[in-house]
Amino acid sequence: MQKAFTTEPARLDIKNVSVAYNATMALRELTFQVPHGARVAIVGPNGAGKSTLFKVLVGLLPLAEGEILIHGSPLGHHQDCVAYLPQREDVDWRFPVTVMDVVLMGRYGRLKWLARPTRADRAVASHSLAQMGIAELADRPIGDLSGGQQQRVFLARALAQEPHIFLMDEPFTGVDATTQEATLLLLDHLHERQVTVLISTHDLNLASTRFSTVLLLNRRLIAYGAPGEVLRQENLARAFGSSLLVTQDGTILVDDCCPPGEDNDHGGQAG
Amino acid sequence: MMTWLLEPLQYEFMLRGLIAAVIVGVLCSVMGTYVVLRGMAFLGDAMAHAILPGVAIAYLLQGNLFVGALVAAVVIALSIGFFSRGGALREDTAIGILFAAALSLGVALISSIQTYAVDLTHILFGNLLGVSRADLWLTAGLGVLILGTVAACYKQFLVISFDPVLAATLRLPAEPLRYLMLVLLALTVVVSLQTVGVGLSAALLVTPAATASLLTRRLWPMMFVSAILGAFSGLAGLYLSYYLNIVSGSAIVLTATAIFLLVFLFQPHKGLLWKHRP
Repeated sequence: MQKAFTTEPARLDIKNVSVAYNATMALRELTFQVPHGARVAIVGPNGAGKSTLFKVLVGLLPLAEGEILIHGSPLGHHQDCVAYLPQREDVDWRFPVTVMDVVLMGRYGRLKWLARPTRADRAVASHSLAQMGIAELADRPIGDLSGGQQQRVFLARALAQEPHIFLMDEPFTGVDATTQEATLLLLDHLHERQVTVLISTHDLNLASTRFSTVLLLNRRLIAYGAPGEVLRQENLARAFGSSLLVTQDGTILVDDCCPPGEDNDHGGQAG
Repeated sequence: MMTWLLEPLQYEFMLRGLIAAVIVGVLCSVMGTYVVLRGMAFLGDAMAHAILPGVAIAYLLQGNLFVGALVAAVVIALSIGFFSRGGALREDTAIGILFAAALSLGVALISSIQTYAVDLTHILFGNLLGVSRADLWLTAGLGVLILGTVAACYKQFLVISFDPVLAATLRLPAEPLRYLMLVLLALTVVVSLQTVGVGLSAALLVTPAATASLLTRRLWPMMFVSAILGAFSGLAGLYLSYYLNIVSGSAIVLTATAIFLLVFLFQPHKGLLWKHRP
């Protein structure tokens, strides 16, 4: 279990966490630690509780049991250190805000109640926009942008939060190639800055090649560790059940795709 | 033209009415921005009708109608928040129940008053020319309080309105802020009671803000334009009321509606007539 149980204080410490959602247990007795600066891919079938885990981490859902510590302190103690990119931004796109307004919201956690964003905050926001390749869109209304551009705005906003922990729920699903590329570049940048990143994805190839650690989830923790150890046939079988097919030449096919209502196809593969 | 504008102002009650109309126009339009953006039009309407029992009780006890309305509005605002807390009921369902109950109670109370006809008209449609000096001070005071709070919570209201998920991530006190917004809305409705009455304050909450939303692309310019439109409607409405001898509340709302129609039809690039020009 590489990196999972180190002696240095874990950035994110999840202890025996259970979460109830819509009268069922969405997560059961989850225990794992994410060390400083790790990059974790969270994989599992639909309904495995990946989004639920993120929502609990940002305080959108309550814990039924267990505790979550960030830097050794309970959740909510560090107001500005977690940034979250939801699977689908559930906002009113006709709302009268510009791209710059949205990104500046990422700085609000650092501002006093009455304070207005300073020149420094604007500089951070501009830099974040430039990094996502949309600096020229700063003054455009958010509703004028394409879906991929909108996603990059929200990534820029999360970046402007200067978080210690960055959660992204399915950032590669249903977006254009430019946005995928920008997201991958962002991952490298965050790695350099020692930001802890947790990403849920359906893309097992991506999980095994671009991440130091993989968390295999199906309501319970199935396996956690280096991709080579986690993405094994027996683990995948426990996570994906009957949607797993092992062909004669040893290729494992997972037929699990796409949250309901999305029409893109991601047949993940792991050799 | 000058004499036409100045003539009504020689009466002190007209001057007071004019100031009240402008203050109310600005307040309703600024709070209306949130009403329009958050889809709370139904709430504004319900709130306006829900203050009727408060007014009736104050009348029966021969107390201050303003205070009665204020108490009723705050009670209703907090009750709506309470019943819809944690998704127990949808907000519009909670509003529907309380709206109907309060309106029934108000009408029942008022019908028990022997000479209710005139007073009811004033409550329903406003009595701008009966604004006393004390009323004006109260209106101005509440106005400063409401605008001050909106300015102080501008960032926070923006986030909870635009992106509740970010509000949770930033650990903003979203529920207290939501209650605060409901109370501000209630205060605004009470302030507008005397000007346009309970029947029409919802229109003043929605119409100028809707017009402003067609003309602007950011929140604070939307508030600013909305406030100007609201103030102008108040002003123009009162003059119309004076010269055409019609109820001031109707005149104000009809002015705001006329501006909305003009903008909707003629605004550059998006207006109905712009698209269909030959």
